[in-house]
Amino acid sequence: MTQSNTILPPLTERSGVIRWLRKNLFGSWLDAILTIVGAFIIYWIVKELWTWVFTVAEWQVVATNLRLFMVGQYPLEQVWRLWIALAFIMFLTGNSLGIWARKSYFATILLLAFPVLLTLFPFGDEPRKWLIILTIVGVIGWGIGRTASEKLSRIVIIGWIISLPIFILLTRGFSPEDGIMPIVGTNLWGGLLLTFLLTVVGIIFSFPLGVLLALGRRSELPVIRLASVLYIELVRGVPLITVFFMAQLMLPLFLPPNITIDRVLRAMVAVTLFSAAYLAENVRGGLQAIPKGQFEAAHALGLNGLQTMYFIILPQALRLIIPILVGQFIAVFKDTALVAIVGLFDLVGIAKTVLAQPDFLGLQREVYVFISLIYWVLSYGMSYLSQQLEVKLGVGKR
Amino acid sequence: MTQEGEIIISVQDVHKWYGDYHALKGIDMEVKKGEVIVIFGPSGSGKSTFIRTINRLEDHQRGQITVHGTELTHDIRNIEAIRMDTGMVFQQFNLFPHLTVMQNIILSPIQVRKLTKAKAEEIAMQLLERVGIPEQAHKFPGQLSGGQQQRVAIARALAMQPKIMLFDEPTSALDPEMIKEVLDVMVELAKSGMTMLVVTHEMGFARAVADRMFFFDEGQIVESGTPEEIFKSPKEERTKLFLSQILSH
Repeated sequence: MTQSNTILPPLTERSGVIRWLRKNLFGSWLDAILTIVGAFIIYWIVKELWTWVFTVAEWQVVATNLRLFMVGQYPLEQVWRLWIALAFIMFLTGNSLGIWARKSYFATILLLAFPVLLTLFPFGDEPRKWLIILTIVGVIGWGIGRTASEKLSRIVIIGWIISLPIFILLTRGFSPEDGIMPIVGTNLWGGLLLTFLLTVVGIIFSFPLGVLLALGRRSELPVIRLASVLYIELVRGVPLITVFFMAQLMLPLFLPPNITIDRVLRAMVAVTLFSAAYLAENVRGGLQAIPKGQFEAAHALGLNGLQTMYFIILPQALRLIIPILVGQFIAVFKDTALVAIVGLFDLVGIAKTVLAQPDFLGLQREVYVFISLIYWVLSYGMSYLSQQLEVKLGVGKR
Repeated sequence: MTQEGEIIISVQDVHKWYGDYHALKGIDMEVKKGEVIVIFGPSGSGKSTFIRTINRLEDHQRGQITVHGTELTHDIRNIEAIRMDTGMVFQQFNLFPHLTVMQNIILSPIQVRKLTKAKAEEIAMQLLERVGIPEQAHKFPGQLSGGQQQRVAIARALAMQPKIMLFDEPTSALDPEMIKEVLDVMVELAKSGMTMLVVTHEMGFARAVADRMFFFDEGQIVESGTPEEIFKSPKEERTKLFLSQILSH
């Protein structure tokens, strides 16, 4: 028996565009009608959007107030400090990409080129110069990370750990009025800067707290377990906005009149405490997914409870819940918008003040479309990076 | 092969309940240093539960267990010390999937025995040679076959330099062609003088290296003796029946 050695390609590869259209869009009369109606609706939406974006919308409101949206009332002559802080983070980002993400070329290019892409927006000359510097610093960091040995990775991790304190120190300043870095009060922090700080502080501090609460809820000591359950269920039972109101309006009533706590700090604490309760439940879910045999093997090897958690259980549990964690972090980022209601000037708060200016009355659409775009880009960025991280850590595969 | 040695495990009248279920009904056993004990019996007979009380993965509610001079009680503070001296190999391997083979082996020696990383790695490599898979050191457990994983698990337990090794059905989750490679390692270990308690139905292994065998049924020791006695002339009806069932094919 002779057999032909020619192997036909799978059917799908042989079909052309026409064939595909016929099969998927015009398979029957009903399909054809739906396709045409659908195409018309898409055309109409795109056309209207296009017309609005390029002819009707008055983007001047965004261009004029760009600095307000970015940093709020932060004094212009001190903005260089924020750029330095960003440059430090960009350097670390480049370093980290060079060390740990050698094969993720697309993510690397996207992250490093991001500041340069931003120069397409109508920033002034000064910010544009800084944005280009950011990319250069990032590329230098990447180059160093790529050539350096493993020793560097420890330094980079330390760098990340101190990056938030450095960022806050630079933002706030430390010297008197005439010094090199005069203190900028938190009442002047605003816009994306404030949103960013609230988010980062919320995420970084709620994470360990959430893990501790999750462990507490599984503790064998009744007091700790009960306290954890009470805290988690209490916080999960109230809306975030009420927590903000408590922190901003009720708290001062209970404090002695001569003690005041910074309003931004209060918001940060509120975000942290709120997010921790949700994180705790997510982490608990991850812990429950770890087979009992892992605990037993660790115990049988003489590891104590703490070592078992730290070396064996938590690394596996947290890896399992990366998608959920990132979802939680994105939620924190967007939820910080609620501080606008209690009078802080985050992105949404700034949007409200901009719209209150007589020059820009009635431009809600432009302003809210713009800040939505910022929220979307950053949220999607987090989501995309987490997917890369999942691939790298092999989540879903064992 | 029975030697006159010091008693390393002493178990007296041990009972265990899961709720109303009486899992262990008065177990007595003494194990001398260097002995190889095989425990067998039908499923649900309490043999796994029993072996897990020896390193206190399960606690017992009545009776006494003394391991290497330390009595296991409820308020025991240094349970980790006992576990350092008692290696355990599980049916499901229970390797740590997020760590490489090497990291699996050196974790506990570094964290618990406080060895340096270099020393721990040296010991780990020797053990991997001993179980025959030195080339797999930097792979993850998920990349290995079941037999290789179980050999890593044995190496991991040995890296703590235990005085006693507990095996809880080490070959039951393996494909037939991999059982031999694991048993070979265990035979070699038995011959090197390790004190071993092995829950298994591998009667060939028992015949080859066991000093004594214990037949468990319904939470009790029904019969014990040397492999010679158990295989040639079992006294109890239940032992005969069970042996005929597992040796019939």
